[in-house]
Amino acid sequence: MKKVIAAGLAALAMSVSGAAFAEPVKVGMITTLSGGGAGLGIDARDGFMLALKNAGDAASEIEVVTEDDGQKPELAVQIADKMIQSDQVDILTGIIWSNLAMAVVPSAVAQGKFYLSVNAGPSPLAGSQCNENYFNVAYQNDNFHEAMGQYANQDYKKTFILAPNYPAGTDALTGFKRFYKGELTGEVYTQLGQTDYAAEIAQIRASGADSVFMFLPGGMGIAFTKQYAQSGVDIPLMGPGFSFSQDVLGAIGDAALGVKNSGSWAKDLDNEANAKFVETFQAEYGRLPSVYAAQAYDTANLIVAAAGKASVKDADAFRAALKEADFDSVRGKFSFNTNNHPIQDIYVREVIKEGDVLTNKIVSTAFTDHKDAYAAECSLQ
Amino acid sequence: MQTALFIEQILNGLQLGVMLFLMAAGLTLIFGVMGLINLAHGSLYMVGAFACAAVAGATGSFWLGLAASLAAAAAAGALVEILVIRRLYERDHLDQVLATFALILILSEGTRWLFGSFPLYLDIPPLLQGTVPIPGGSRYQLYRLAIIGVGVAVAVGLFLLISRTRLGMRIRAGESDREMIGALGVDIRTLYTVVFALGAALAGLAGAMVGALQSVQVGMGEPVLILAFVVIVIGGIGSIKGALVGALLVGLTDTMGRFLLPQLFGVFMDPSRAGLVGGAVASMLIYIVMAVILAVRPQGLFAAKG
Amino acid sequence: MSISRETAINLVLALLLLAVPFIAMQLGKPFYVTLATRMAILGLAAIGLNIALGLGGLVSFGHAAFFGIGGYAAGILASHAFSGQPLDFGLFAVPGSKLMPVIWAVAILAGGLLAAAIGSISLRTSGVYFIMITLAFAQMTYYFAISWPAYGGEDGLSITIRNTFPGVNTLVPQNYFLICYALLVVGLVLFAVLRDSRFGAALQASRQNEVRVASVGIAPFRIKLAAFVISGMITALAGALYADLNRFVSPSMLSWHMSGEFIVLIILGGVGRLCGPLAGAMLFVMFEYILGGLTERWQFFLGLLLLGVVLFARGGLIGLLAGRARHG
Repeated sequence: MKKVIAAGLAALAMSVSGAAFAEPVKVGMITTLSGGGAGLGIDARDGFMLALKNAGDAASEIEVVTEDDGQKPELAVQIADKMIQSDQVDILTGIIWSNLAMAVVPSAVAQGKFYLSVNAGPSPLAGSQCNENYFNVAYQNDNFHEAMGQYANQDYKKTFILAPNYPAGTDALTGFKRFYKGELTGEVYTQLGQTDYAAEIAQIRASGADSVFMFLPGGMGIAFTKQYAQSGVDIPLMGPGFSFSQDVLGAIGDAALGVKNSGSWAKDLDNEANAKFVETFQAEYGRLPSVYAAQAYDTANLIVAAAGKASVKDADAFRAALKEADFDSVRGKFSFNTNNHPIQDIYVREVIKEGDVLTNKIVSTAFTDHKDAYAAECSLQ
Repeated sequence: MQTALFIEQILNGLQLGVMLFLMAAGLTLIFGVMGLINLAHGSLYMVGAFACAAVAGATGSFWLGLAASLAAAAAAGALVEILVIRRLYERDHLDQVLATFALILILSEGTRWLFGSFPLYLDIPPLLQGTVPIPGGSRYQLYRLAIIGVGVAVAVGLFLLISRTRLGMRIRAGESDREMIGALGVDIRTLYTVVFALGAALAGLAGAMVGALQSVQVGMGEPVLILAFVVIVIGGIGSIKGALVGALLVGLTDTMGRFLLPQLFGVFMDPSRAGLVGGAVASMLIYIVMAVILAVRPQGLFAAKG
Repeated sequence: MSISRETAINLVLALLLLAVPFIAMQLGKPFYVTLATRMAILGLAAIGLNIALGLGGLVSFGHAAFFGIGGYAAGILASHAFSGQPLDFGLFAVPGSKLMPVIWAVAILAGGLLAAAIGSISLRTSGVYFIMITLAFAQMTYYFAISWPAYGGEDGLSITIRNTFPGVNTLVPQNYFLICYALLVVGLVLFAVLRDSRFGAALQASRQNEVRVASVGIAPFRIKLAAFVISGMITALAGALYADLNRFVSPSMLSWHMSGEFIVLIILGGVGRLCGPLAGAMLFVMFEYILGGLTERWQFFLGLLLLGVVLFARGGLIGLLAGRARHG
């Protein structure tokens, strides 16, 4: 019965728009819905589903299967295998974490499936291991850190930097240093999952730095920012948007107020698509969207746009349609570089309070039409 | 400046150690009296933190939250003991490991079900905000000093409880001979529930106090659980004194390792590389210390019994 | 000699697993082949642990270390074969390899060496101390793998194309399943032979009464160490297979959750039983798959199920079906 209605809707859509392809598209969404990192995955899923809902008839032939990866790479691989072999999906998406993306993406694209990243852009996938079927709709991992490095040049000369000791952490500090021209008073790698930063904050206090840059995602960032504010150290703090995104601001509280952070999106970004996104997201889920929701929303709209131009079964045509990025991004302008990674503006945001709610406001633009540093290593043209 | 930093790091090590002691005391007590390995102890820590954050969020008072965390963790502990743990005392360690592993899954997902997927907010109370001067010319956070104070008070309280009270006498009797206290007419079932709830309350207290420093989120108990196990194994399982010494040793080793190792490697490497290598060795340091101690003293530093 | 009930159940289980891929292909559900392969590999890993745990009473909470080192052996050799650069050990260099038998041999060797090192220290302790010191060693390897940048750190290491086996196209899922299944059977036979040998008898005796074993002139430490090393080798082999199944290896193979999962598999199936680990792996993978498809709160229900098994089904699945164990 459902099928009949869907077919009827599709026929209707065809007769209205005339050119739309009624070819069904099956999307497999692997994301983190349980455990400590579930908030990010839930935001991504909700943003994705909202876009399909807002797209109305244009998305009627897009079917989504969602499964929880529990933030475990092995489980993500197993689900990807299942979605490819059993559910016969055309497109995979949804993964939040770099290490899970590295586990799933290379083999998925090698099997001829499309992978669209809603978050996480590990450097190998942007450079040497790039693939024509892998599109990153979010960012390359270094981007936000590079933006903070650029921003720090304006006001600071002596920065203390820290990140967890794992690939995304070293990438973060590399990205920051790529653009930062001042002196480093300290470079500290903390343990992954560490929750007490008293020792590091003491070092910061003693270092004589005029600013601190930190990349500590998830609970680590919440813990650090709270402890930093509590310690009474008043050296300005900055970081990438992940540590000051809507999903964690509530837990950090006023300790985050005034912190400068970088991102490709903010709630107050002035364009029509964004206004509609923020408004419908709040109406649908009763909370403010995070950057993860925004990126997933864009990803879903990209799929809808591409599906309207080409059949997903015709890989070459569909790939070309994806690459056009012909959709209204909540980030304003958005296009793909040769390595299928974004060319986009990156902003400096500040944490402010609107009534009782903490959120981000854009204060300046760090980069215009920024590209990642790895595109040259990618063989795609 | 270097001396001040050094003193500050020692205090940080003590604070971490004291926090671990609160976790480890309950674990070691439960093992000593009931012979039970409780992997779900970290989940009780999480329950305490969530209860504190929820109540503090609703009422605006950290102190009510703190009371709620004690009550919630003790209640959760008693409930779990009566429903599940009670059936495991006679089983071997293997069954206990599996059952309490299952409890971790249930309690974690159950908490997420109740409180949602986003981390909760909990701040330190206004009374304890700010810093105080310490020797060497630097300043130290009042709240962390308060945690050290609470830890010392709990340690003293536990020693008094065990050496001076009737409950303590029963606990000691239970540790040395489980059949005998039954013969003495002590209601073992109630004793066990009380001991378990006491251990749970200590874990909940630690969770609530640390929750104000960190992020209150699902899964927060697991790293602490592993550290607490390291502590009681180093100290000698079943010994409160061992737990205290082990906790301080682990706290200081971990903090000083993170602080000093990168500087040590910095002597013969460039700073970026020294940070990486030093950080890597620091993350393994406490496990190395534990392995060395057990290799020399297979029963830990203060073995309570053979 | 008549076939005992347990033997019959073992045969049924083994044949059932063998049949899954063929039925799956008939039904047009190729993914079940992957699931069956996963069952076989996890079963093999748990058989390894079962030698230490079931026969020797050595509750190792650190077998993920061996599983992971096997996985990394496969990943590292394959990545060097792919890039063409030899592995440099300073004094000498060896080329990488894409040949499964070579990879397996290296994995087994590496697992055995690591187990010998860990065992010779850990076996000085017993009981809960042993549980915890094995956990500590596994944590060391975990943090080492995370912070060691050469092979991907936390991001792990991808194996671009599954490694090869002479004469077999390993890219076909059914073929790879059969390879893993064959090794599972080898593992089962090895376990049975060990259990019934003089070595196995001495090992089981040392679990029950160490003093008596020592008094008849056998050194319990050396027997336990030998068992621990064999145990580590088998689990390392399973790790290499797992890496090839996922075409990926990462530190999460070394995490304490993994060690916990192996213990869970054995208890689910039945401690010390020949096919306990296999039964446990089949049950666990099935639970995980079915619950994961039903609800995002699957971990909650998985916990309830495990709790139910440990409270009400003592002796695991095999114990439930076959009655009390010989050495119950």
